[in-house]
Amino acid sequence: MKRRTDRLSVPELAGFSAVTLAVLCLCVCMGSVKVPLGATLAVFRDEIGALLGLAERPAGLEASIIWSVRLPRVLCVAVTGASLALAGAAMQGLLKNPLADGSTLGVSSGAALGAVCAIAFGITFPGLPFAGTMVTAVIFAFLSLLVILSLAYGLDDSLSANTVILIGVIFSMFASSLTSIIVTFAADRIRHITFWTMGSLSGSNYRNALVLAISFAVFGGMIFASGRELNAFAVGEENARNIGVNVRRVRLLILVAASGLIGVCVSVGGCIGFVGLVTPHIVRMVSGPNHRRLLPACALGGASFLMLADLAARMILNPVELPIGVVTSLVGAVVFVVIFYRSRKRG
Amino acid sequence: MLKVEELSVRYGKAVIVDRLSFSVDEGEWLMIAGPNGAGKSTTLKAVMQSVPSRGRILFEGEDIRKKSPRRLAQCVGMMLQSHLAEYAFSVEEVVDMGRYCRRGRFGREEEEDRRAVNEALALTGLEKIRRQSVLTLSGGELQRTFLAQIFAQDPRLLLLDEPANHLDLPYQKQVFGLIRDWLKKPGRAAVSVVHDLSLVKAYGTKALLMDHGRASSQGSIPQVMTPQNLESVYGMDVYGWMNEMLGQWKMPIPTAERELPEAYPYR
Repeated sequence: MKRRTDRLSVPELAGFSAVTLAVLCLCVCMGSVKVPLGATLAVFRDEIGALLGLAERPAGLEASIIWSVRLPRVLCVAVTGASLALAGAAMQGLLKNPLADGSTLGVSSGAALGAVCAIAFGITFPGLPFAGTMVTAVIFAFLSLLVILSLAYGLDDSLSANTVILIGVIFSMFASSLTSIIVTFAADRIRHITFWTMGSLSGSNYRNALVLAISFAVFGGMIFASGRELNAFAVGEENARNIGVNVRRVRLLILVAASGLIGVCVSVGGCIGFVGLVTPHIVRMVSGPNHRRLLPACALGGASFLMLADLAARMILNPVELPIGVVTSLVGAVVFVVIFYRSRKRG
Repeated sequence: MLKVEELSVRYGKAVIVDRLSFSVDEGEWLMIAGPNGAGKSTTLKAVMQSVPSRGRILFEGEDIRKKSPRRLAQCVGMMLQSHLAEYAFSVEEVVDMGRYCRRGRFGREEEEDRRAVNEALALTGLEKIRRQSVLTLSGGELQRTFLAQIFAQDPRLLLLDEPANHLDLPYQKQVFGLIRDWLKKPGRAAVSVVHDLSLVKAYGTKALLMDHGRASSQGSIPQVMTPQNLESVYGMDVYGWMNEMLGQWKMPIPTAERELPEAYPYR
């Protein structure tokens, strides 16, 4: 066996990035109106030229489909995928639990409940007029994690994988039903229930993409910087403590960062399940479990996975569009069963 | 080196460790023995700050609670009773984690770290399987992996919670020998919890016999390991039973001690 380096090597990183870029181009070209790659790239060139003041904005239907509709959507999908996968990888490491993910732990449902509450009850924060939904979603995501983990700790000290998942699923159902109740009563103000349970990124704009990117930079950065600590946690929390990791501080940091990522994603795109579960698991087969390699690979892999899922959601029943969460859950549920089965079989 | 005074640990109302005092000096190997539930492992955890405790714990005269986790890990290393691996880290990746407390926040892999890891792998005989996934290791190999992690960590005081667990006899001998060699360098000491009283006699320089969270007796090995002391703690005639067992062992005694094969086929 070859020695794995402590970080992704340049060719590895280039490979992952190339795949992600290729998927991005594919997803911009494909849709109910197919645009050839050449024409797409020409639109990119002209639009960027226009932004820099070098050329006229290109006119025409294709240009506006690509630049105003598809690109912002695909960018939002990519950053959402990267964020969810990163959050999933971080929680799987922190809890030493390969089944952990925003959806299996109930964090996404908690965040959705927060977002729905904020809209229904008109919660805003002074100074942050537009961010009420988002901040509430993040806070609810964090509180959900605290509730789920303290309940799990109460049941068993070792925080076994099954206990956490069981409590997460129960909490998730509870939060989803509360969300449904609120949505039913405030139907005039809140998007349809399926948006909050299955997610959708149709109609995304550049502002959404920017918000997602900022959250990814801030919260994702916190996770990227904790690669070594996550490695130690992935071997065991006691192990982390013994080798000198500040266990309390790192745990808090990762929980805040994961809640932040999930909360922002949910408030923009609703609950998109299983991305954070499936991606790290598949990526780990290529990168190995070392988080200093796994995390960047996961971000790129998650982006690709969700862009492809979004493409499938747009294309399968064209012109009818499926909620993106339907596609990810279809794939994710199967993978979940495989992981669960394998881990139980190993004992 | 380590001085513990009036250490108490409670879980809710239950008192696990009750006003326990002991000390370890340079070059010493303190063996903590006693029946299940006597608070032996908890005592080690309290020193390592992983359970809340009361009383004074001094390392070289400094309060251990005032040390940052990283500083503490530079002074004290602890090996746990059991580890169940979940992810396919390679042996050398796990051993390399021991260097965490020696690296800066954005620590790069330095020559020194690499040398320490290689040395630890060599000492514990893991060089051949350094790239192997920890998921495929036997209990003994896993135990040695974590021993190598501690050697790479290079603390001054070693806390070992049943280091002989999971190990068959040749590896028990090897691990205890490794720790004894490790202790020969100046400025080092070890404390271990053991169940096997013959290990206490063979390797310890002093012993602490615990019962119900208290020190039932402590001091030099001959002072502590008397038939009376053991009977009062274990509630049985330990010497009588040992003699009975060793008597049975006299018949087919293996004369030459077995050399460890290079790749030990125990899986």
